[in-house]
Amino acid sequence: MRRIAGYTDRISARPGDRVGFKVSADPDVARYRADLVRLWCVDDHRDGPGVEEEVVPASFAGDWPARHQPVRLGSAMEVRGAALIGLPRFALRLTFLSTLENDRPQTLAATDQWLVALVSGTLVLEAGGERATLSVPVLPNRWWQLTLACDGTELRLSAGCQDGGRDTSASLPAPPGGFARLPLLTFACDSTGCCCFNGKIASPQLWDGPLAQGASFASWDLSADMGSLQVPDRGTQGLTAYLVNMPLRAVTGPLWDGSVQDWHVNPAHYDAIHFHDDDLGDCGWQDDFTWQVPEGLESGVYAARLLPEGGGDAEYIPLFLRPSTPAADAVFLVSTCTYMAYANYRVMNRSNLYEMYLGQVPEVVDSDLYLNLHPELGDSLYTTHSDGSGMAISSRLRPILNMRPNSTLSAFSDDGWIWSFLRHEGLACDMLTDEDLDREGVAALAGYRLVVTGNHPEYVSTRMWDALLAHRAAGGSLLYLGGNGFYWRVAFHTEVPGVIELRRAEDGSRPWESAPGEYYHAFTGEYGGMWRRCGRPPQTLLGIGFSASGFDISRPYRRLPAAADPRAAFLFEGVDGDQIGTEGLAGGGAGGQEIDRYDTALGSPRHALVVARSDGHTEEMMISKEDMPAANYMIGAPDNPLCRADLTFFETGAGGAVVSTGSIAWAAALPTRRFDNPVARLTANAFRRLSDPAAFPLPDGAVP
Amino acid sequence: MTGWPLVADPALAAEFRACPLGHHSPALQKLLRVFRTLPVPGKHAALRVDHRRAWKIVALNGVKGQPLTEVSPEIYTDWNEVEWAVFKLRWQQVFGTPVPGEIG
Repeated sequence: MRRIAGYTDRISARPGDRVGFKVSADPDVARYRADLVRLWCVDDHRDGPGVEEEVVPASFAGDWPARHQPVRLGSAMEVRGAALIGLPRFALRLTFLSTLENDRPQTLAATDQWLVALVSGTLVLEAGGERATLSVPVLPNRWWQLTLACDGTELRLSAGCQDGGRDTSASLPAPPGGFARLPLLTFACDSTGCCCFNGKIASPQLWDGPLAQGASFASWDLSADMGSLQVPDRGTQGLTAYLVNMPLRAVTGPLWDGSVQDWHVNPAHYDAIHFHDDDLGDCGWQDDFTWQVPEGLESGVYAARLLPEGGGDAEYIPLFLRPSTPAADAVFLVSTCTYMAYANYRVMNRSNLYEMYLGQVPEVVDSDLYLNLHPELGDSLYTTHSDGSGMAISSRLRPILNMRPNSTLSAFSDDGWIWSFLRHEGLACDMLTDEDLDREGVAALAGYRLVVTGNHPEYVSTRMWDALLAHRAAGGSLLYLGGNGFYWRVAFHTEVPGVIELRRAEDGSRPWESAPGEYYHAFTGEYGGMWRRCGRPPQTLLGIGFSASGFDISRPYRRLPAAADPRAAFLFEGVDGDQIGTEGLAGGGAGGQEIDRYDTALGSPRHALVVARSDGHTEEMMISKEDMPAANYMIGAPDNPLCRADLTFFETGAGGAVVSTGSIAWAAALPTRRFDNPVARLTANAFRRLSDPAAFPLPDGAVP
Repeated sequence: MTGWPLVADPALAAEFRACPLGHHSPALQKLLRVFRTLPVPGKHAALRVDHRRAWKIVALNGVKGQPLTEVSPEIYTDWNEVEWAVFKLRWQQVFGTPVPGEIG
């Protein structure tokens, strides 16, 4: 059983960089042993090479004292450092919309001397050890306005619904001389950071006297600086508010009437923030130890391996090391956005439809058991918050237990097949993360002829996409070893590295939908959703794009006539037989789980060669939602010919080329027969040729 | 479980036994939709007890934070046997009778 967990302040590092390791252990763990290990295969499947790890000397190796570090869960807005509510007379007003009715106190606004909360749908005022309750129940999903006013003798809470009905009020006596001056005013949590609110808060304002006489003392503009954790004060005091744990910004407010969809167009309609009691932006743990990456360490996948004293599962905290300067012709783009999107995906106790998506019995591993006991570690972009709204923000500033060896639902585990394959084939390849590519753009790819993707690079930022386009335009090549890649647009937070935002807009295979009017990211202001709906189908970059998904069995590819084209001959050197990928550790074949098709209507280059295609999929392999304009029975592969993986090659016109495999299961077919199989040979052929400096000429008449 | 006659047809159990994951007849597909959409409390899952691949059958409870329930101590090293074991449990749950013994 796991007794220890941790994370780093950065996901990748170069020699000279300093990395902070943050660790928390169960209270009964006194010490732990830390080592640096290099990883390749990260799955102990009996038909693969098993977890491959090698201890690497590191300055932090040794025994460390363990401690428990708590996690604060739930988002809030805090105003600190100002003597706010010591005024004998004040008034506070805000508008709110509750999205979850339960019997736990949900705080709307608080100091440590008074508190306004919702309890079982009723507004409650607490001060001086007393409680007053409003008589009218607060209906969820309606906008309500509340006012808390202190005239020096009493504290009066009043509220009413924006849609009409009777206002109500209740009061408590104010302490003689007014409230003491307080250093902290909180919205959406109490003064200890607990009892968080689920819902939206809008237009919070504060007066140093009776309500609405003269300019407000403070007025926080929730429609400004959407990508920031700071909320400016438009009042007289300049009391900047600070957001804790990444509540969702750029959400519709009380004025929104459907007339605008983009918050830039009319920010007044977006003067609100959506808080959740299970938001998590950063665990905020202290460093247990730091490590300065030494010169000379090879680029690769590493981890701090932690072994708790007294026994327990080892914890692995991954870190992707880049070289100081490119040490290979190829670089592997580690799908850290995908890892973050799936971070701490909860396998247990999902909806009763979960097994229908899988087409087989759900599998649970020990990390799932741990996650079930630890809600404070947050969830993935595949779930909904307590209030049913979609989880749109994911942070890596927390232990991510399925970014570990032997985890389920993990692109990380499956990428290990590729890392192990590269090692066994002796194919030199540096490491680079999505986050690096987003931050540095195409400069991060300088010196590399080939970019190799992971098995499921599903989540991609605009800067990442642009960098790969620029790489191609500069003569670079791509080897896309995945399925359902480049599918969703994500945005990185502009202030906090390691946090991404996703709007599940318009369409796509998705576990939840963004709310109407909330299709634009807060972090970047970009329109969100599927890249295909944003005008960039994956076919335009990779030649293929998502077409179908099914998780029961995988199927081999069969050669198509284009395989005989001399342009593609390099792919098939040493590859015998008509079928490719008749075995594999993910469903027993190379084509499966999520698969992509060639489609000129979506931008696949006309001159591309589809050299092989998976076939024989079952009815569980179902067409993507966006390819079904209206519901019909032609859903599964036996009925719908679009349910296929197309192994595709094309020249870019700039000297480089793209090879795309189009299946998540491809990677898990690499290790069969000790990497001696057609999938591994074809992949190695592609890698070697795409890394070669010899240019790929564009065929006569082709338009790139 | 509405809208069509659900019959405990042994032929469907035999079909599943022969091929737990793969191409299925329309009637078996419909039966599996019923089995696979049973309510989460008590729903069967496979707990991996060895990463080289071995599993036990467990039951979910639908409540976050609550542990799984072990259904049987038997350990399976073949995923098809996991599927078959769960199929038999659900057959009993839905039809109130066991899968005919001659099927396996």
